[in-house]
Amino acid sequence: MTVRKNQAVLTTAEKRRFTDAVLELKRTGQYDTFVTTHNAFIMGDTDDGDRVGHRSPSFLPWHRRFLLQFEQALQAIDPEVALPYWDWSADRTTRSALWAPDFLGGTGRASDGRVMDGPFAAAGNRWRISVRVDGRDYLRRSLGAGGRQLPTRAEVDSVLAMATYDTAPWNSASDGFRNHLEGWRGVNLHNRVHVWVGGQMGTGVSPNDPVFWLHHAFVDKLWADWQARHPGSPYLPAAGTPDVVDLDDTMRPWNDTTPADMLDHTRHYTFDTAA
Amino acid sequence: MSAITRRRALGAAASAAAGLAAGRALTAPVPAQAAAPAPARPAHHDGPAPFDEVYQGRRIQGRPVHGGGHHEGHGGYAVTVDGAELHVMRNADATWISVVNHYEPFADPRAVARAAVRDLNGARLVPLELG
Repeated sequence: MTVRKNQAVLTTAEKRRFTDAVLELKRTGQYDTFVTTHNAFIMGDTDDGDRVGHRSPSFLPWHRRFLLQFEQALQAIDPEVALPYWDWSADRTTRSALWAPDFLGGTGRASDGRVMDGPFAAAGNRWRISVRVDGRDYLRRSLGAGGRQLPTRAEVDSVLAMATYDTAPWNSASDGFRNHLEGWRGVNLHNRVHVWVGGQMGTGVSPNDPVFWLHHAFVDKLWADWQARHPGSPYLPAAGTPDVVDLDDTMRPWNDTTPADMLDHTRHYTFDTAA
Repeated sequence: MSAITRRRALGAAASAAAGLAAGRALTAPVPAQAAAPAPARPAHHDGPAPFDEVYQGRRIQGRPVHGGGHHEGHGGYAVTVDGAELHVMRNADATWISVVNHYEPFADPRAVARAAVRDLNGARLVPLELG
């Protein structure tokens, strides 16, 4: 059984196996198919139209399925690898071991945002940004630029306290847990982390930065934590909602997975701490 | 895995670019709406006014577009940086994002275009480059 661990407790060997598997997925071309898929949904999901991956109730089950597919691709390369998660409410600074050269590497240089160290730096010739919206083919970051702050634990707890999963109109204007976690409304958790990292993480092709997976693995854990706090609160909406994935509707692009299928993460993995 | 969705994205980008190429020349910049006491919108467009300016050395342009079902879902508005399409989207609360700043809403398309220019740091936009 896969155990997803906090990135802060990984051994040097675990970090190495994870980054090696990611680099191998990149070498084979599979990695970029994940970036392409994500950007297609980013561009296609709209508040007043069909919406599946973002700004909708299925934001959480869609990304759970997306991460499972990515994790399975890594495990086909190295069966010992699991997705780590980044608790950005605890590891809140650029000095976190997450950004060390033996893991993801650090922030970008001032002149052009280029990441200069770690396994994903352009100079290593193993991480060319191929799926992109502008001419730059190197990984960029601007961690905490402009004095931006990552969410605090108190802000996370304020969102976990929301008992209703989601509300009409089931988009970026909604009240409820999902949209506050996604960040279009309120204290802003998930969206703010993308902006704090900067570079490709702020764009539609955000999975170009491997931290995408560690960020979303923690967002996914917060969903599990929320379920544990509110065992009587169901996924919503239940049925018959235009443009929105109801509980038993299948999700694109897989068309074989419903939100109901994704509610219990323990069928696929557990976390290193009780959810 | 992503054949359909990628085709969707590429088709969207292509149709948007075609729409811009076929459009008439942009008119002179209009005064900022912020000066008006009420946010009066032109009756024939449900969206922000057009703009055309040079910002930090880049020409940014924006204009309402209509027809071609694709744009209706994205706010009915097209933005370019030095003539290249910047994919933008209107949020339900009338704020705007772009594919360059996807997780940070701005007040209007001009603010989104300016934010994109700052992020691009001189780089050119490409529709969706693969390989």
